[in-house]
Amino acid sequence: MTTERLTREKKEQIRSLTMCGHVGFESLPDQLVDRSIQQGFCFNILCVGETGIGKSTLINTLFNTNFEELESSHFCPCVRLRAQTYELQESNVRLKLTIVNTVGFGDQINKEESYRPIVDYIDDQFEAYLQEELKIKRALFNYHDSRIHVCLYFIAPTGHSLRTLDLLTMKSLDSKVNIIPLIAKADTISKSELQKFKMKLMSELVLNGVQIYQFPTDDDTTAKINGAMNGHLPFAVVGSMDEIQIGNKMVKARQYPWGIVQVENENHCDFVKLREMLICTNMEDLREQTHTRHYELYRRCKLEQMGFVDVGPENKPLSMLATGLQETYEAKRHEFYGERLRKEEEMKQMFVQRVKEKEAILKEAERELQAKFEHLKRIHQEERMKLEEKRRMLEEESIAFSKKKATCDLFQSQSFMASGSSIKKDKDRKKIDAATAFCDCLTAKERMRLCVTPPRKDLD
Amino acid sequence: MDERRSLSPCSSRPSSPRTPPCEILGSVGIEAVLDQLRIKAMKTGFEFNIMVVGQSGLGKSTMVNTLFKSKVWQSSLPNLELPMPQTLELHSVTHVIEEKGLKLKLTVTDTPGFGDQINNDKCWDPILSYINQQYEQYLQEELLITRQRHIPDTRVHCCVYFVPPTGHCLRPLDIEFLRRLCRTVNVVPVIARADSLTIEERDAFRSRIQQNLKTHCIDVYPQKCFDEDVNDQLLNSKIREQIPFAVVGADREHLVNGRCVLGRKTKWGIIEVENMAHCEFLLLRDLLIRSHLQDLKDITHNVHYENYRVLRLNESHLLPRGPGWVNLAPASPGQLMSPGPGKVRKRANKDPREDEC
Repeated sequence: MTTERLTREKKEQIRSLTMCGHVGFESLPDQLVDRSIQQGFCFNILCVGETGIGKSTLINTLFNTNFEELESSHFCPCVRLRAQTYELQESNVRLKLTIVNTVGFGDQINKEESYRPIVDYIDDQFEAYLQEELKIKRALFNYHDSRIHVCLYFIAPTGHSLRTLDLLTMKSLDSKVNIIPLIAKADTISKSELQKFKMKLMSELVLNGVQIYQFPTDDDTTAKINGAMNGHLPFAVVGSMDEIQIGNKMVKARQYPWGIVQVENENHCDFVKLREMLICTNMEDLREQTHTRHYELYRRCKLEQMGFVDVGPENKPLSMLATGLQETYEAKRHEFYGERLRKEEEMKQMFVQRVKEKEAILKEAERELQAKFEHLKRIHQEERMKLEEKRRMLEEESIAFSKKKATCDLFQSQSFMASGSSIKKDKDRKKIDAATAFCDCLTAKERMRLCVTPPRKDLD
Repeated sequence: MDERRSLSPCSSRPSSPRTPPCEILGSVGIEAVLDQLRIKAMKTGFEFNIMVVGQSGLGKSTMVNTLFKSKVWQSSLPNLELPMPQTLELHSVTHVIEEKGLKLKLTVTDTPGFGDQINNDKCWDPILSYINQQYEQYLQEELLITRQRHIPDTRVHCCVYFVPPTGHCLRPLDIEFLRRLCRTVNVVPVIARADSLTIEERDAFRSRIQQNLKTHCIDVYPQKCFDEDVNDQLLNSKIREQIPFAVVGADREHLVNGRCVLGRKTKWGIIEVENMAHCEFLLLRDLLIRSHLQDLKDITHNVHYENYRVLRLNESHLLPRGPGWVNLAPASPGQLMSPGPGKVRKRANKDPREDEC
């Protein structure tokens, strides 16, 4: 029997019954309320806005308490989220309030990734709740719900329009959390400018498809007031914890030389409206929307991503139980993790491979170069040897020539001594002629090479 | 909770161990959230599922009619033309009743044929399987990817067990049944047809029953281990002294001393149902409807349902997984009647209680 058939059958069976007496179950809501009082309430607010725009002051003013908050610095390298939990008690209602502040939002020079830590934080809270819900042994009634119920977005009071950073951040947050836009430090804008500014902001939001939180108008008791408030969005707020005496009362206000801005005066700012809407009228609705809309959306996306489906093959309903709930969720997570590791390993291997290849190529080139160098060296060596050879030959020749010259000289001097002077003269002359003739025989080149001394003239 | 992925550079868990209590310097309006809750409750309405178990002729149908002051069952007299049911059948009927703008969707499940056979062995099986079937349905709905906004709650919140007025002590059938059922559902035993016992006999019977329950470690509603604080303890111990209530049911009105009251007319007098001197019907009604209805639902949801879920999820790991695996192994009552892993703790600051014997 499928679920649909069962519910249909049940619907057919349901009929109204008239009672003929007083049973007494109108105390049921009181029983519910008593139980809630026992358990206590939980409310989480996320404040997004630039440093110094007045987030902490507004929260202090809203809850009429001085939460310990130090001034944040403007020099954070990235956006961080800081969450603090407080326990408030008013008569018999205990409220566990968590305020999450964005530290360093809008302070960086490059603001591209500013919205990312915020989105990650919200997703982390949903993830924690989902994991708790999927556990086998779970304790949901005891669970400290840390999911963000409302996001107060502080818009700077420029008077012109939304800034790109604001638009980008709100667009990325609108499907994850209830956004209530506020105009911060509203005492810097005059009334007429404020009206124009509000209209401009709302039209820009609508134009860009940003879904801000609409106060619910389906219940008769709150429909009228909620509907009216919807028209006053974004609320222009002023926060202050200082008390100034006006008349005979002490009121929270900001004192300027030109006047006093009263926080709780409806003519001065929309603070009272914000408090009314946020706390007195719609706190429960905000929590419900977070749980039934935003959380369910996150859960659906996450589970579909993990591969769970409601309708398996052959169109039969497939239950998560059949695939072993929590274990499969964890197993799939492990799988993805393992897959990532594997891919990393693969890439590492590829890298190592490439490096090896490149090395081989380079080594090859080196070897080639070396071979060339050797070859050249050899050639040079050969040439030098040849040259050496030639020199030696030349040296030998010169030696031979100088020997011949020596014998020639000897021969000349001998003939001079034997024949006397005339004969000597003739013989000398003959010798000299022979020597000169011999010298003439030598080519000019050889003469130069051997550095022959000119023939002796003094022999005449 | 041990495996968290590496988180972005922000503290993503709020600093809960140190939650300083802060003083509010004036009125903020947090109280208004109670009104918001009330409005929401009025809008969504309430659901209540009750099951009556007992042998035929003990006045179950009449009792239901008296409790809700209306004809829940078309006729409380059995249809004598039809043969007595040979096996135990469960018979469920749903109504919407409204009082002072508050809507209550009431489902009453009757069990004709319980304990009527010669051999009543395992007559509690169909009942247990019905209860588990409701849990199963809720679990399936909860595990869907695309869930409904409000999951229809058909789980049995309370089981009223009618003990026949023998005057002696609990019979073996009663003991077996109570023992098995009080682990799965909130059980409220009542002494049926209490007009056949005198006041002294009633008291003696009651104390013997209480002793029997203690001997066999049967924990009936309101369970001692779920008392949250001192007020609860006081209130519940008073109730525990009176369990089981001696009740009489009637849906006819008679004239007594000029007033029109519900009662049974006999030759020797009129037994007024709503008279505390005559019977303890008012106590039962107050317990079930006026003071502990929400508590019954809470315990069903937080304890019994969670126990079932743990069992079921542990079990499903033993199922083979494969492509296209569709159907769950049918949850047979035999598997699930093994003693549970112990009641889930309701509050973290309470010491864990031992599992019952």
